[in-house]
Amino acid sequence: MEIVQQILFVAALAFTAWYITKRVRLISRAINLGRPEDRTDHAGERMKTMLLVAFGQKKMFTNLLVGVMHFVIYAGFIIINLEILEIILDGVLGTHRLFAPYITPVYPILIDVFEVLAFGVLAVCVVFLTRRYVARVERLQAERHRELLGWSIPDATIILVAEIVLMIAFLTWNASDSVLRDRGIGHYGELQGLVPDFIISQFLKPLFSGFSDTALVAYERLSWWLHILGILAFAVYVTYSKHLHIALGFPNVYFSDLQPKGEMQNMPEITKEVQLALGLPLTTDPDGSQANDNGDQPAEVGRFGAKDVEDLKWINLMNAYSCTECGRCTAACPANITGKKLSPRKIMMDTRDRLEEIQQGWKTNGPDYRDEKSLLNDYITAEELNACTTCQACVMACPININPLDIILQLRRYRVMEESQAPASWNAMFSNIENNMAPWKFSPGDRFNWADQVNEPVK
Amino acid sequence: MTTEKTYTVPTMADMAASGEQPEILFWVGCAGSFDDRYKRVTIAFVRILNHVGIKFAVLGPEEGCTGDPARRAGNEFLFQMQAMSNIQLMNGYNVKKIVTACPHCFNTIKNEYPELGGDYEVIHHSQFLQGLINEGRIKVKDGESFKGRKITFHDSCYLGRANKIYEAPREVLAALDADLVEMKRVKANGLCCGAGGGQYFKEPEPGKKDVNVERVEEALQTGADTIAVSCPFCMTMMSDGVKNKNREDSVRVYDISELIAQGEGL
Repeated sequence: MEIVQQILFVAALAFTAWYITKRVRLISRAINLGRPEDRTDHAGERMKTMLLVAFGQKKMFTNLLVGVMHFVIYAGFIIINLEILEIILDGVLGTHRLFAPYITPVYPILIDVFEVLAFGVLAVCVVFLTRRYVARVERLQAERHRELLGWSIPDATIILVAEIVLMIAFLTWNASDSVLRDRGIGHYGELQGLVPDFIISQFLKPLFSGFSDTALVAYERLSWWLHILGILAFAVYVTYSKHLHIALGFPNVYFSDLQPKGEMQNMPEITKEVQLALGLPLTTDPDGSQANDNGDQPAEVGRFGAKDVEDLKWINLMNAYSCTECGRCTAACPANITGKKLSPRKIMMDTRDRLEEIQQGWKTNGPDYRDEKSLLNDYITAEELNACTTCQACVMACPININPLDIILQLRRYRVMEESQAPASWNAMFSNIENNMAPWKFSPGDRFNWADQVNEPVK
Repeated sequence: MTTEKTYTVPTMADMAASGEQPEILFWVGCAGSFDDRYKRVTIAFVRILNHVGIKFAVLGPEEGCTGDPARRAGNEFLFQMQAMSNIQLMNGYNVKKIVTACPHCFNTIKNEYPELGGDYEVIHHSQFLQGLINEGRIKVKDGESFKGRKITFHDSCYLGRANKIYEAPREVLAALDADLVEMKRVKANGLCCGAGGGQYFKEPEPGKKDVNVERVEEALQTGADTIAVSCPFCMTMMSDGVKNKNREDSVRVYDISELIAQGEGL
């Protein structure tokens, strides 16, 4: 019987490892669809940012209470993983609480810490469900935010319920195990006197007092398996879920932008053309549309701006896979607050959905398949792009330094430079700048007229 | 008000002609040059520069749009054309230090010109005024008293979030000895006025409300009689919002340099 369990366990472990490897390869291929860009510079500064923002969760504490609650789940996730090491070894070797005899004095302390965290995680997950379904926190409601219609809300609920089930399994496993130890049954009894009751699960022991020995062993096994299989299933599920941030959040923050938020990335391919244009006598009129024609002539300059995901940078795509859809960006967005269609969260979700769609295409039509769709228009509309004030509130709000604005601006560049699709009043503004050196229709010769009033009385 | 004093506005061309080099270039910007309301801010700032005796100059008719609105709207060609010609001009004058009253010009010249060959020390007029106050060169006396008046400060995105300058304008206002009251969403969480990213130059997209109205409602909730800004576009948006709420008789929108000029009696 023992050996059967061991074989099943190793099989489950191997399957999970194989499956996750496959998923990681697929996701990393999707992220690498993006334009290459070196983000390995400033290692010290990047490391510091990752320690503060990812490990330290600095930005989550903007709302102290939510920050603390999220920290409990995060710490629980990291620290309870230590216990998973023992569980996995027990499963492979067919042992029971392998570490207990070797680290007897600290073992109960460790388990107590895990139990307190498990209880904390459980409690916080209940609060988080309450925030979604009872308190109805605005940024989490699909009636208000159309991007949440569909998979996002069930996804969140599955994750929260799964965590609650896992924690219940862990705590009741410890409780049933303690009762078995008290009764001195089989290998459970061997730890009598070595391992005491634990801080939380001791209060759950009465639940099992009426169980027969057989029923108790059955429950102990069931909860042990439920816990560990649950964790493995969770690990697989995460790769399909918005919950992928538990892994990608860290590299995502490490590779996030270091420059001031107001700085827009330069387009060196345009700099060249402009320099050429300025070097020539005033015969060329290098406005957007003309230079666009030039852009197509030399050996494949590529697109100006972004139409689809492969025109974006790889970090934009990693951003999309790291997004937890929490909606802090959207809640801070002035356009969204005032009822415009733009939602920075939707920009990120659309980018990921588009990547998923391309992957589906690979699956059904071969690895080099490309469909006719694009991120721009099929997912993100001009109306959304045109509503952005570039205020960077979304960038500031993101707890893991995702930059939705960068995607918006790259899509705008495509629309204006490749498709000449700017709103009419922007075209007027462009031509004013071009002809009058100011966004308005004033004569450049009048630019200094204000100085005539400098000695006039105020008002 | 002293009418005896005469204020002067030297240009870089004048200075170069007489072989002089100013301590600092005052980048006026398009709004500061053409917008009737913001011209008053330009004038207030020029008076302060005259008053403290700083050797400054402006580019005058040679100045051109930094290209910021074009870039944010997606027209990178136009932006770079503007940037390159401004950089050529300023490098020709051997400009080292620039002060501007426009956060968009500030952000663009400071963060985006270096890659195109324009390396300057760029400061926003809020930082510049803060420096003058700290050095004791502006005492904010002899003018209007602000004691007991309530002022609220609206953070400009391109000064605040974009460049993390939150305290300089507040310290400038503190020198007025007024009662500085904060809105709900301030500093890193400050709500945009609705003008950035080219919005100023087009109608807003369909929605429930205009962004500037949302922001002005928040400003009015503070009970302040003065909304202080430090950006020409915030100035227009906030002023329009106040009008929208029919409060233009009781609530005024001023740039921080105007308030300092008033306090200093300039």
